[in-house]
Amino acid sequence: MALRVSDLTVHYRTLRGAVKALDGVTFEVGDGEILGLAGESGSGKSTLGKSLIRMDGRMRHVGGTVELDGKELPIGDDGAMNRFRYKEVSLIPQYAMSALNPTRKIGKMVADLLDSHGVRYKSVEEELGRRLDLVELPAEVLGKYPIELSGGMKQRMVMVISTLLDPSLLIADEVTSALDVSTQKAVATTLAGFRNRGFVKSMIFITHDISLTHQIADTIMVMYAGKLAEKAPADTVVRAPRHPYTKALINSLPEVGVQYAERKLAGIPGSPPSLLNPPAGCRFRDRCPLAFDKCGEQPPAVEVAPGHLVACCKA
Amino acid sequence: MLSLHSISKDYRTGAFGGATMTAVRDVSFDVGVGEVVSLIGESGSGKSTIGRMILRLASVTRGKVTFDGADISAYRGPALKEYYRDVQGVFQDPFSCYNPVFRADRVFAMIKEEYFPRVPREEWAEKIEAAVEAVRLNPGEVLGKYPHQLSGGQLQRLLIARALLLDIKLLVADEITSMLDASTRIDVLNLLADLKARGLGVLFITHDLSLGNYVSERTIVLRRGSIVEMGPTNLVFGNPLHPYTIKLLDSVPRLHEKWDVDAERPAEPAWAVEPLVEAEPGHFVAGYAA
Ligand SMILES: Nc1ncnc2c1ncn2[C@@H]1O[C@H](COP(=O)(O)OP(=O)(O)OP(=O)(O)O)[C@@H](O)[C@H]1O
Ligand SMILES: Nc1ncnc2c1ncn2[C@@H]1O[C@H](COP(=O)(O)OP(=O)(O)O)[C@@H](O)[C@H]1O
Ligand code: SF4
Ligand SMILES: [Mg+2]
Ligand SMILES: [Mg+2]
Repeated sequence: MALRVSDLTVHYRTLRGAVKALDGVTFEVGDGEILGLAGESGSGKSTLGKSLIRMDGRMRHVGGTVELDGKELPIGDDGAMNRFRYKEVSLIPQYAMSALNPTRKIGKMVADLLDSHGVRYKSVEEELGRRLDLVELPAEVLGKYPIELSGGMKQRMVMVISTLLDPSLLIADEVTSALDVSTQKAVATTLAGFRNRGFVKSMIFITHDISLTHQIADTIMVMYAGKLAEKAPADTVVRAPRHPYTKALINSLPEVGVQYAERKLAGIPGSPPSLLNPPAGCRFRDRCPLAFDKCGEQPPAVEVAPGHLVACCKA
Repeated sequence: MLSLHSISKDYRTGAFGGATMTAVRDVSFDVGVGEVVSLIGESGSGKSTIGRMILRLASVTRGKVTFDGADISAYRGPALKEYYRDVQGVFQDPFSCYNPVFRADRVFAMIKEEYFPRVPREEWAEKIEAAVEAVRLNPGEVLGKYPHQLSGGQLQRLLIARALLLDIKLLVADEITSMLDASTRIDVLNLLADLKARGLGVLFITHDLSLGNYVSERTIVLRRGSIVEMGPTNLVFGNPLHPYTIKLLDSVPRLHEKWDVDAERPAEPAWAVEPLVEAEPGHFVAGYAA
């Protein structure tokens, strides 16, 4: 098992109290697996991604463990994590494209990054050239400033940089959300290609777009308000979801060919609970059409079929 | 109702404004009463520029825009204000339209000052409630709240409600759902479709083909400032004829089909400015040869 996350709980410190952004999340990602992480805005996707590599100043590791390739990651210890960052776990953060330093040439930026991890640029130069070629970027991009690249080119550059040292786990957070459909497809298929070629062993692909995740992910995990709602093989999540939230989410997706006049889709009334003081019991209860007395207790994630976890007392 | 007559937009570029860049080229189309037309294209294709020209937020370099037969470029002062009584825009980022230190419903007060200074308080409050209910929000739940207490979908619907207070005829909706979650996005789309039934015309600007397909009866595909294909939505999506439209449609992720991730990437279709040809009744394709 490449990644094993057990009962991970992470809070944000705020003036009004702790935001319980991740509350006891347990899951695994196998060797060679792409896990698609889906869920609405604020459900904790980026928090989970960040927890596996670098907690920001306001995050607090409250409990749980993370194991990568059999070794425990010291996620609460910023200094001790340095050994793993970039080389073992690499993250493409949400808005990575706009975070590229505009005053530094791309080649220089790569050299700086390698340098800060104690790797000589010369030792990877050849491989870098091969990978640029693979993603159809000319070697000249290294002499350019980020502003000279289109959104899709920047995103491919970011992907090459973050996987250059063949990390075991890559976390890609909303890497396609700002792109047009055709660029989006090129970027997503390139990521899948990186896995197929072994540049990364496993991957967590974060997006709120389930139709896109389903194209490249082997498994999909759906989060709701800081908890796991459902996790299953990608086709199962799309064709036979068991959690009421997943079902509602899938049913709210317009597909090419579906028109309002013929088939009116429905959204999910209401909004997720506040994570400052989340209600006891199932967090989807206020919006769930199936809610009943028993939902006042937090439903555990139960394996309803091999590899299919559902946290709902009706499942 | 709204007609674009071969409009173009040149932006000056270069250090001294010496060069020009044509962002929109010879675009003509109409939006009728109670019609939803989607304008689809990738980023930078000129969609927002067209929306801004219709809203008089950008000038038209060549060609003209008419509304109910009158050229809108001549409107100044009170005439322009009257134009905005009929035509309003809502944009991508609902958060940027609100001032975080004021309650969200302040956006309504601004409409009152501008257009309805003499309407009595109670009557105005009723009007607001009706508009808020029309966008399917619960007035008690959203009025009096600060922006940070409301979701993106709620804020976006309040902006549509503000436009409705004026009893507008045309709404220019520029990427209004791109910041919303799937479960709220569909509510906003359904809302547009319901308003259309009340006679509102909508220009629905998006780069998401499945959203455009869901709400509109006509679709216009824009590429680098020119129309490459347009016609009834079911023809454009059901029988796409321009290579560019075909490529776009092929890139849309679908729930029940999987991509072959190892397939060769298709080449970018060649680009040329070509005249629109009517390939089948009402369905126009640039450079079409049967
Ligand atoms: N720095 C912070 N301080 C306090 N709360 C935070 C902070 N960052 C995130 N949160 C809260 O933690 C929860 C999870 O946020 P997170 O960014 O992980 O969501 P997400 O699923 O990635 O959403 P999106 O789809 O919008 O990227 C939310 O309730 C959010 O408001
Ligand atoms: N104010 C401006 N000055 C110069 N160029 C602009 C301006 N606004 C837009 N453009 C350019 O015009 C083209 C079309 O832009 P836009 O209408 O915003 O496209 P879209 O909304 O389809 O993404 C782009 O190349 C953009 O860079
Ligand atoms: S546990 Fe109850 S409230 Fe939660 S999803 Fe299942 S049925 Fe709905
Ligand atoms: Mg996020
Ligand atoms: Mg735009």
